[in-house]
Amino acid sequence: MGRSHAGRNRGDYGEVMGMENPSEPQGTALTPDEWRGKEIFFRNFHTKFTYSWDTGVAIGHFLEALKAGKIVGRSCSGCNRVLVPPRMFCELCFRPTDDWIDVLDTGVVNTFSISYVNNDASRREQPLFVAVINIDGASPGMGFLHLLGEVDAEQIHVGMKVRAKWKPAHERTGAITDISYFKPSEEL
Amino acid sequence: MRKVAVIGAGMTKFRHRMLETGRELSFEASRAALDSARMDIKNVDSVVLGSAPDAFDGLHMKGEYLLDGAGGSGKPYTRVYVGGGTGVFIPAAAWWHVASGVSDVVLAVGEEKMSPLQPHPQYAFWSIFDQFLERPLGVTLLWIFSLEMRRYMSVYGIKEEDIALVAVKNKGNAMDHPSAQLPMRITVDDVMKSEPICTPVKRLDVSPTSDGAAALVLASEDVARKYTDDPVWITGVGWNVDTTFWTNRDLCYPEYVEKAAMMAYKMAGISNPRKEIDFAEVYDPFDYKELHHMEGLQLAKRGEAPKMTREGITQRDGDLPINPSGGLLGVGNPIAAAGVMKVAELFWQLRGEAGRRQVKKPVHRGLAQAWGDLMQVGTVVIMER
Repeated sequence: MGRSHAGRNRGDYGEVMGMENPSEPQGTALTPDEWRGKEIFFRNFHTKFTYSWDTGVAIGHFLEALKAGKIVGRSCSGCNRVLVPPRMFCELCFRPTDDWIDVLDTGVVNTFSISYVNNDASRREQPLFVAVINIDGASPGMGFLHLLGEVDAEQIHVGMKVRAKWKPAHERTGAITDISYFKPSEEL
Repeated sequence: MRKVAVIGAGMTKFRHRMLETGRELSFEASRAALDSARMDIKNVDSVVLGSAPDAFDGLHMKGEYLLDGAGGSGKPYTRVYVGGGTGVFIPAAAWWHVASGVSDVVLAVGEEKMSPLQPHPQYAFWSIFDQFLERPLGVTLLWIFSLEMRRYMSVYGIKEEDIALVAVKNKGNAMDHPSAQLPMRITVDDVMKSEPICTPVKRLDVSPTSDGAAALVLASEDVARKYTDDPVWITGVGWNVDTTFWTNRDLCYPEYVEKAAMMAYKMAGISNPRKEIDFAEVYDPFDYKELHHMEGLQLAKRGEAPKMTREGITQRDGDLPINPSGGLLGVGNPIAAAGVMKVAELFWQLRGEAGRRQVKKPVHRGLAQAWGDLMQVGTVVIMER
């Protein structure tokens, strides 16, 4: 299926000033019927790549600590921050960080959302509660993304105090999901 | 540094799915831009192209795939990429080619074809997240927008209804754009009643996924004056990228947008942007982002962009028109092409060629801005006539 270049006459530039731009924009919209109904030619392709990532020095240690049931950060004596997630270098001071610091497994909801979609944009049967949690013991505003549980949607609020709900020790693998979710730590 | 002019602009339609390949779309936009500059490809010294993740197309080396359609074969050619910020970064990169004296004429092309990826282009964004800390949680791009929108609302006490006014304005403005994908007359109530995706984000708060391309021709002063009596000048460019540890930043305010804007304002000699910028094309993939970015750009005080919107200041006939094109919410969001579309709108508005979209007040200076990567990059271009 081809298409001629509708009416474009190169070399005849016409009067530019006073016109409405873009004038006669090109492009052929396809209707869902056209592309689902195979009225034009398609080639389909599916690929699968497999990766095996080293977890690295900083995150490797962080995951090892999660397996042991605790959360750790890294201190920087240059800016006096406790960094969570930890890194082996401070991006502000641009120097190596100094020490491993045990932080708490409690924190505060910085922001949250109730997600009705999966990562392919399909609808979820049950919504997922997601949040950025500022971790107690880390520098102010330092935290990570996780899920919320044992809470009703309408109870969740910015500033809500939460505590990690750990998986049983024998089920932990050294992954962010060793924490099942964070749950309210105070009576709501 | 040499003065740099924009002397031509062109774009395709923006649509959910188009017949043309990315290469063909790039050609259509590039040819339209060259035609409007009254130039041919032989006049072009170098080409800068931008396109967002290769995963949409399933084609690695997408820059090379698009090369021939962007007029780059046999020329100094560069692909630039800063996620959603790419579209406005393309003319910034093209600018330094001319400002430095390396090239006299540069073709700047933005292309995006999101539709090939099945079942939905959103799926490509899964792979931008941290592989250890975030992907195992089932993260989607929509989460970070919803988390940022909530934080913005929470810190400044902003209502969803006030944010919805942006979607109403921009989709309405797009009624007058010949390339628009989602021109609509809607109400705040329509936005509020649209399907929740990730609260507080609802269907009508979000721009669509799109196919499309847009292009600009940049030239040095001596070349520009040969082709036009009345060039439009790029007087400021800026860009800035903040830490990738996005959960360590306060999402209520885009500091990197402020830094990018300050870089551009300094270059353009602007000390009071609210008074000295006549209109702006502000990045609006979601309605709240327009407000968030107006504040980062110092076009509104922190938390006060919703008030300016409510008072009609940002309408086409207002004191500070924002997104007279219809923006990403109305014209569509083929990512890199959408940013170039914003700079093209500055060009057309400054030349009085925007037709029914022409803002009411006389305009001499406009600003275009884009944003992206992991909510961490700001890109800014200021143009004057």
